[in-house]
Amino acid sequence: MKPKIAFFDFASCEGCQLQVVNLEAEMLDVVGAVEIVQFREAMTEKSDDYAIAFVEGSITREKDIPRLQGIRKQASILVALGACATIGGVNGLKNFQPLDEVRRYVYGEKAPWYDTFPARPIDAVVPVDHYIHGCPIHKAEFIRVVQSLLLGKKPEIPSYPVCVECKRAGNVCVFELGITCLGPVTRAGCGAWCPTYRDNCAGCRGLVPNPNLNAEKEVLGKYGLTVDQAVNQFRLFLGYSEVAK
Amino acid sequence: MKNLRVNVDHVTRVEGHGNIVVNVKEGKIEECKWEVVEAPRFFEAFVRGRNYLEIAHITSRICGICSIGHTLCSLQATEAAMGVKISEQTRLLRRILIQGENLQSHILHCYFLAAPDFVGAPSVFPLVQTHPEVVVRALRMKKLANDLCDIVGGRTVHPITPTVNGFTKLPALQDLKETRQRLADAGPDLEATLALFKTLKIPAFERETEYISLQSKEEYALYDGVIASTDAGTTPVENYRSWTNEYLVPHSTAKYTKHVRDSYLVGALARFNNNHAQLSRGAQKAASELGLTAPCYNPFMNTVAQVVEAIHAVDESIRLIDQLLDRGLKEEDRRILLKAGRGVGSVDVPRGILFHDYAYDKNGVCVEANCIIPTNQNHANLQKDMEALLPQILDRPEEEIRLSLEMLVRAYDPCISCSTHLLKVEFV
Repeated sequence: MKPKIAFFDFASCEGCQLQVVNLEAEMLDVVGAVEIVQFREAMTEKSDDYAIAFVEGSITREKDIPRLQGIRKQASILVALGACATIGGVNGLKNFQPLDEVRRYVYGEKAPWYDTFPARPIDAVVPVDHYIHGCPIHKAEFIRVVQSLLLGKKPEIPSYPVCVECKRAGNVCVFELGITCLGPVTRAGCGAWCPTYRDNCAGCRGLVPNPNLNAEKEVLGKYGLTVDQAVNQFRLFLGYSEVAK
Repeated sequence: MKNLRVNVDHVTRVEGHGNIVVNVKEGKIEECKWEVVEAPRFFEAFVRGRNYLEIAHITSRICGICSIGHTLCSLQATEAAMGVKISEQTRLLRRILIQGENLQSHILHCYFLAAPDFVGAPSVFPLVQTHPEVVVRALRMKKLANDLCDIVGGRTVHPITPTVNGFTKLPALQDLKETRQRLADAGPDLEATLALFKTLKIPAFERETEYISLQSKEEYALYDGVIASTDAGTTPVENYRSWTNEYLVPHSTAKYTKHVRDSYLVGALARFNNNHAQLSRGAQKAASELGLTAPCYNPFMNTVAQVVEAIHAVDESIRLIDQLLDRGLKEEDRRILLKAGRGVGSVDVPRGILFHDYAYDKNGVCVEANCIIPTNQNHANLQKDMEALLPQILDRPEEEIRLSLEMLVRAYDPCISCSTHLLKVEFV
């Protein structure tokens, strides 16, 4: 029997589910290997009988919690899909401003209608089995993780930094172009996507295990960033993590 | 007399979370409501304090599907605030990107989200078995559009290369040439798409409203122009606030808008009504074969207008790539002088006209932000359409009523992630 999988989302742009839809050529193979039973962005038919749940988005309000707990209860395997779910992502930027003021800024005097609390990744609420990092996720990595899960294996994700992939790609280091980059402490797996296009790594895949943060801050300082500016750079995607505090 | 309760909790095959609530007692409509229940995300608040080079990357994350449109609109606003005038090369590349996004978004919506309703399927997945050639064709066209965006933008979802005053990296001419060939070879797929959508029976329903889009003397406007309305002529994009008039309603986390009437429509149908004479010859021919003539007051025809725009997107991408190939590509100096200021950008993205508006301090730090999203501008019009449609179909079976209302929502191709994070900002 084909494993039943389902997709869910919380506060997010749904771009990671779009990456799944954008698989194009490989999508037919995926559809052949699994049974997709719930995917609101793409289908009307719906069943709550699923074994693997892919969850996109951050948790940002009370009523998200029971919904996520329900998904956790049903799924034997829960996979966090994309930066909002794995590390909090850009949603975490609001955590650095007083939330009452944030709500007032956007919704004015009607602010009390709009429930919100500090954005958090899903593993701050329920246990997560596997992570597909990135903003957005990389299509090839999604396929690799699905293949591993179908074979009953633990999906392997890199524990070395983006710099390794960037060097392998033969890129000129963006620091040399005058751009400050979080590649030295960010988990690889994207093929150094942004530096390859001469943009900085902003840390969307989260930190490597045991990152050398002091060295990174030193490097950022060497290239002219104050400590506040360096911390601010971490906040873009890593606002929920300690490094941004 | 009829009693009816329709409660579609999260309409499927749309981007984001919205509900339809209908309550009919003894033939009398007591409730007929389009609700937006997406979690608010507060982008306008949290871009404040960020550097001008990051703003487009952040606001791109408002929506995955529309990320190119948000990126370009954001860059326009930042450039306007800093008094930057982009080069012709940059403008050409951005116009190719917006055509690529329009093509991929429209193919996705027409084939995957809207079409299953017309053949009685709950999604595209059963069609893989029953109509494999249709699914494979749709995937092939979508891939072509995504590859075009990848080549120019580095990535379709959250593009990397577009930046203030240019691109961090230019596409390779050889890649552009190859893509141009693939676009030129897409003719049979476009013909087959046209043939397919000719067979779909679009519901007969009309409600005249105001239609708002960008307009340009130069071309069928997507990337830049002035704001145009079927009711009120044109105005510069800087006047967007007095033309959108945002307001809040209690059952929705998204803001609503209105201009001359109670509501207005944006998107492919509005662009078609305002600018149809500027479509490519192939797209104009397709429109007439599909029975789409301006002015069209049937919101269900928005999907048909998207098919027409998809054909235009291919023709236009070829034309723009040819211009680039003629000129050649060269690295340009992107440096700018930072200055305090405020700027408005506007791009007509797949779902309609989009506005970003920022203020910066002298160090290039964002201090105020406002974004007005196409789907927000359509919520009120969709509500009015539902109110007009329901009495006309009330004698039909419940399942049919439900499906008609869902199809109406889908025809708008709503992008609800986008729509939940307005603003309420007074710039001083």
